Amino acid sequence: MTTSADKALRGCVLAVLLFGVIGPIGAGLLQTGAASVGVMPALGADAFDLAPYRTLFAMPGTWASIRLSLVTGGVATLLSLIVAVGFCAVTHDRMSRNAAARWLTPFLAAPHAALAIGLAFVLAPSGWIARLLAPLLGLERPPDLALVNDPLGIALILGLMIKEVPFLLLVMLAALTQIPVRAQMAAGRALGYGRGLVWVKIVAPQVWPLIRLPLLVVLAYALSTVEMGIILGPSNPPVFAVFLTRLFGSPDLNLILPASAGAVLQALLVGAAFAGIWVGQFLMRRIGLWWLRAGGRGSSTEPLLRLATAVVLLLFLLGALAMSALAFWSVAWRWPWPALLPETWSLRAWAGSFGGWTHALMNTLILAGATTALSLALAIAWLEGEDRGGRGRARWAEVLIYLPLLVPQIAFLYGLNVLFLRIGISGGLLAAIWAQTLFVFPYVMIAMSDPWRALDPQLERAAASLGAGPWRRLFTVKLPVLLSPLLAAMAIGVAVSVAQYLPTLFMGAGRIATLTTEAVTLSSGSDRRVAGVYATLQAGLPFAVYGLAFVLPALLYRNRAAMKGGQQ
Amino acid sequence: MSLELTGVQVRIAAEPPLFQPIDLSVAPGQTATVMGRSGIGKSTLLDAIAGHLAPVFTLDGQVRLDGRDILHLPPEARRIGLMFQDAVLFPHLSVGDNLAFGLSRQTRGRVARRSAVDAALTQAGLSGMYDRDPASLSGGQRSRAALMRTLLAQPSALLLDEPFSKLDVGLRQEIRDFTFQHIRACAIPALLVTHDPQDMAAAGGPPVHLQPVRT
Repeated sequence: MTTSADKALRGCVLAVLLFGVIGPIGAGLLQTGAASVGVMPALGADAFDLAPYRTLFAMPGTWASIRLSLVTGGVATLLSLIVAVGFCAVTHDRMSRNAAARWLTPFLAAPHAALAIGLAFVLAPSGWIARLLAPLLGLERPPDLALVNDPLGIALILGLMIKEVPFLLLVMLAALTQIPVRAQMAAGRALGYGRGLVWVKIVAPQVWPLIRLPLLVVLAYALSTVEMGIILGPSNPPVFAVFLTRLFGSPDLNLILPASAGAVLQALLVGAAFAGIWVGQFLMRRIGLWWLRAGGRGSSTEPLLRLATAVVLLLFLLGALAMSALAFWSVAWRWPWPALLPETWSLRAWAGSFGGWTHALMNTLILAGATTALSLALAIAWLEGEDRGGRGRARWAEVLIYLPLLVPQIAFLYGLNVLFLRIGISGGLLAAIWAQTLFVFPYVMIAMSDPWRALDPQLERAAASLGAGPWRRLFTVKLPVLLSPLLAAMAIGVAVSVAQYLPTLFMGAGRIATLTTEAVTLSSGSDRRVAGVYATLQAGLPFAVYGLAFVLPALLYRNRAAMKGGQQ
Repeated sequence: MSLELTGVQVRIAAEPPLFQPIDLSVAPGQTATVMGRSGIGKSTLLDAIAGHLAPVFTLDGQVRLDGRDILHLPPEARRIGLMFQDAVLFPHLSVGDNLAFGLSRQTRGRVARRSAVDAALTQAGLSGMYDRDPASLSGGQRSRAALMRTLLAQPSALLLDEPFSKLDVGLRQEIRDFTFQHIRACAIPALLVTHDPQDMAAAGGPPVHLQPVRT
């Protein structure tokens, strides 16, 4: 039964999305596009002209930097996908989804920047890996090797993979619950196919449509990351998005036009990569069927599976080392080569930067709180609207949710900031909250959707038949029963907000200092201890909220057996 | 108070109706049974009367409760209680709070409401179990708690969707008697969907057999 109030709710949600999310992205893209062809009245430029593109390509390093982005982003994503599939094939039946979620959570929660800084500490010539190898190789001094910021971008690829593989694993494990893998595996193996081949020929094609959108998100991020590119990537030339961030931040305002041209190009690069995936999918469908019909049982795939599993475990190990390195450095004082642990410890780094980090922590908390609250409210309104309309989600709506994650941030954020300047909110918290919410909302929405739909519809019917109206049903039955996933979505929202670098930098006009912006700035400095302090806090905040999301429902519902296990 | 169905049919869009039109009148305290083969739309019929019909379906005909047409009302305003195969107690609330959720607003004041719930718990053989976790109740206890929760809302009619089918034989008899006894005591009309001829015999009200539409 649909009433006019329900229609009003859905109308409100749609309006907020159109004007609050889609509108700004579109307007930002338009603004950037106009500037890229020489139209930017604020700079006195108003003639249509392709000069910005010519200027961009005439700059030294433009092509190298584009190539670098394509290689690091492409390789990281492709390798991540391959090793994640291999790892899933080996472990999916040995690991429950809840156990896996617990293992993956720290890696998902860690902000990109914090993880990158930790990884840089570990990989550096004076880092843990070199210290471990020192006695074996007889190194008396840290080796003279550029292991971080290496010209090939290997450190960057590693860093991206440490963040991407856990995300892809989580998405795949969720997708696998919708497929009777065990039965299909048994049937396939009974027909003489090895584990890996059943996986590739039978299971993977069914999983693919379910992980395609998340994979595109990963790809778009890898091709356009700024903070990881700054911390781990080569510095001259840097990856393309970093190259553009430098242009946008240059004191020479004339560079804004070629920078905008570059931002459009960055969007086109991501678009081209998506097209590449689409072509690949088309080819795989043809070749795959041909391969399937040929019926080859092939040789054993076990060695490959073992290799993939080893790579994934190695990545986890590196990630764990990276995060520990942050905490160690923040309290280390004297740490001579090649000792594995500091000789003396001290809280001086914490005390010395107290004023700085408390201020940044405050801003971070305000931004995380506001963006997460807004996103949760909007997600609940959307899902409740779907329930009351009694219909599922249209395909376009699904894409709409993912949209902010598919468009590279740099392609529209600067343009959006120009608009924010015009309405006079640029440089303030409001602008930063708005810009961050664009990226927090999709994750919150994605995290809430499955548990919301899995809620037993009989609960709501039972409540309605007892005379409870729609609002009472929402607040006294649905939301309390969904407490666990709600808190998990909140934790994800906080983690995403804390990790945001570019939106805070651009919209805050460099004036809003958060843990992330400070950590990225400090990462290029010489004081590892202070960088360690900021990065530890940056990673610690999402961990704390995730911890709360695990503990609180268990505590509140300790006497409710049916509420155990996270998602009813 | 009586429940009257006139020419009731359910269909999906332009397709033929699921079953032939139903005309039925259930008197207060009486329990009519709805039978028919699996998939013919027995549960859909109850959904339609209670107001939970999925949007793909449309309902033809009239449903009157106490002479009042109820089809234009939202489910929470129809005053129709629902009993499911599973008890559907809210898992996050205690047993007592489940009943308190159901208890009609006409009982006012904290003390009065608490004693109304306690009285209902006692009637259901659950005295002293206010704070219990619903998941810790036995199947029979759950069924009785669900029925008391439904009755505390003071419904004008009751729909029962195979509420006894998941209980074992001994318990089924007991819960069935418990349920019918309360329906008679409250003097409200009830409609029972079932596969079990014994349910039909025990209900004693007019039977309805849903017949497929010949095309």
